[in-house]
Amino acid sequence: MTYRRYVVTLIALTLLLVLLALACLVFGSVDIPVGDIVDIVMGKGSVNKAWEIIVLQSRIPMIATAALAGAALSISGLLLQTTFNNPLAGPSILGVSSGAGLGVAIVILALGGSLGGLLGENVGSYMAILLGALMGAGVVLVVLIAFSAIVRSNTMLLIIGILVSYLTSSVVQLLNSVATEEGVHNYVSWGFGNFSGVSVTQMPVYAGVIIVALIGSALMVKPLNALLLGTRYAQNLGINVARTRNILLLITGILTAVVTAFCGPIGFIGLVVPHIARMSLGTSNHSRLVPATILAGADIALLCALVSVCNPHGIIPINAITPIIGVPIILYIIINRRRIQYFT
Amino acid sequence: MNPHKPIFTTHDLAVGYRKGKNTVTLLRGLNLVLEKGKLVALLGQNGAGKSTLLRALTSDEPPLNGSIEVDGKNLMDLSQKDRSRLIGLVSTERIQAGALTVTELVGLGRQPHTGFLGRLDDEDREIIRQSMADAGIIGKADDYVASLSDGERQKAMIARALAQQTPIIILDEPTAFLDVASRIETMRLLQTLAHDRGKAVLLSSHDISQSLMLADELWLITTDRQVITGTTTELVADGAMNRLFTNKSIHFNNQILDYSF
Repeated sequence: MTYRRYVVTLIALTLLLVLLALACLVFGSVDIPVGDIVDIVMGKGSVNKAWEIIVLQSRIPMIATAALAGAALSISGLLLQTTFNNPLAGPSILGVSSGAGLGVAIVILALGGSLGGLLGENVGSYMAILLGALMGAGVVLVVLIAFSAIVRSNTMLLIIGILVSYLTSSVVQLLNSVATEEGVHNYVSWGFGNFSGVSVTQMPVYAGVIIVALIGSALMVKPLNALLLGTRYAQNLGINVARTRNILLLITGILTAVVTAFCGPIGFIGLVVPHIARMSLGTSNHSRLVPATILAGADIALLCALVSVCNPHGIIPINAITPIIGVPIILYIIINRRRIQYFT
Repeated sequence: MNPHKPIFTTHDLAVGYRKGKNTVTLLRGLNLVLEKGKLVALLGQNGAGKSTLLRALTSDEPPLNGSIEVDGKNLMDLSQKDRSRLIGLVSTERIQAGALTVTELVGLGRQPHTGFLGRLDDEDREIIRQSMADAGIIGKADDYVASLSDGERQKAMIARALAQQTPIIILDEPTAFLDVASRIETMRLLQTLAHDRGKAVLLSSHDISQSLMLADELWLITTDRQVITGTTTELVADGAMNRLFTNKSIHFNNQILDYSF
C-alpha cells in the first residue's frame, strides 16, 4: 500500500521530469524544428549554427540549472521544516535566500565591480561571489538558531525570518545607492529569478556542489526521522541533536546559497515542494520524502522554466511564476491543516 | 537470582535549573534506587520538581550535584548511544509524526540498534511487531498516528519505547491527557511490563489513587522538598501522604486511599 504508492509516485515524478525536460528542449523563444533539435542533441550538428548554440549552450544548461535549483531549494525547505519543526518554513520565507543575496551584493561591491554584473566567467570572481552567498546564508541561519532558542513560537520565527528579509533588502538598497546605474539594473534583474545564468563552464561547480549536498541530505534520513519526535525523543534515541542540526543547516545553507548566487532569490519552491511530496506519498518518513522532494522540486522548477520561455513577447521572470503555483498550494494546506495528517 | 536487582541508583543527587546566573536547587541529597521488575510512581504537587528530576534521570539536564549510576556505570560518562540503549523515554512532548504509520513510529525505537541509514532488518521488524503486540496497539499497526485516540497514541509511544529494548523505561506524565478507562489501561500495561518483562518502570503522575493501587513503590516529593520512598502500605501508615500538598484543607483518607476535604 504505502510502499506501492511510493514506487508509483517516484515513477510518475521521473516520467514528468523527462517530459518537462524534453518540452524545455523543444519550446523556447526561438522556433527550432524538432528534427534539428534531435540531430543537435545526437551530436550530428545542424545547418543552422545559431540553433546549435541555442540548444547546446542555452537550452540544455537551462534545463540542468532549473532541475538542480528546484531539487536544491526543495531539499532546503524540507530540512528547514523538520529542523525547526515548522511546516511553513522555507529558505525564502525564513530570509536565508535574502541573506545569500546580501552576501552576493557585498562581495560584488568589495570586488570593485558594479553591483550586479553577476557571475562572470572569471573563476576567482564567481567563487568569491559563491562564498559571499554562503556567508550571507550562514549568518541568517545562525540568527535563526539563536532566535529559535529564545522564541519558542513557530509563527514568531517566521516573522523574524520576514524581518531579516526586510533588513537585508534595505541594506542592499543602501548599497545600490552607491552603485552604478548599470549595476543596479543588473541587480534588479537578478532579483527576478532566472535559470539561464549558469554557463557551460560554470556548470561543473554549480552541479557538483548541489549534487554533493543533495547526497549529504540523503545520508541524514535517520536523524531527520528522529527529529519528527522532537529534540527530547531524538536525544533519547541516541541522536546528537546539536550536531545534527548544525549539519542540516550547513547543507541547507550551501544549497540555498549556490542557487541564489546563480539564479537569484527564488521564492515558494522550497516552501511548497516538501508539502507536495508529503501529500502525494502520504508520509513524513524522510527515507521516502527525500527522493520524492528532489524529483518533485526538479519538476516544479522545470515547469516554471517552461512557462517563462514560452511567452512570445519575451522571457517571464521566474519569480513572477512561482507564487502563482505556490500560493494556492499553501492556502490549500492552511485551510485543510486539520485534515492533513502530518500537522498533528 | 534476585528479580528485583537495582539497575538505577542516584548518589547524593541534586537537581534544579539555572535561571540566568543563579542556580535554583529543587531537590538535593537524593539517594534513590530503581529496581528491575518494579513499577515506581513519582508523585508530588505541581512545581515540586517531578519533571526536573526525570529530566536529570534521562540525562536531558546534567545533575547539579551527585551522580546517577545505571547498571553499574556513571550515566554522564556514557555516550549518548549507550544511554539510548539503557533508558527509554515516553514524554508529553508534541510530536510531528502524524503522517507516520504506527509501525513506522514504533520502528523509530530501533534507531539505537540500527546502522547509519537506520535500515530495519527482519529481526528489527519482528521486535517492532512484538512491541506493538505487547503494548496492545498491533490492531492499528498500519494506521496513521494522526488517526489514533489519545490513549492509543500513548500505547504507540510505549510500544516505541519497548522496541528500544532498554531495561529502564521512564515516563513523564503518561496518563495526563487520558480519560479514566485509558488511564487504567495504560497503568495496567506498565505494570505488566514491569512484572512480566522485568523492566524497571518509573513514571510521574498526578493520578494519586491509581498510582497507590498499581505501583509497587512510590517516590513522594513532599512540600518540604524531601523525597520519601516506600510501598503504598508503608507510606500510608507513616502518614507521608499528608506531606504531599501545601493546601491544609485537604487531607489523605486512609480508608478510600484518596484525598478528601
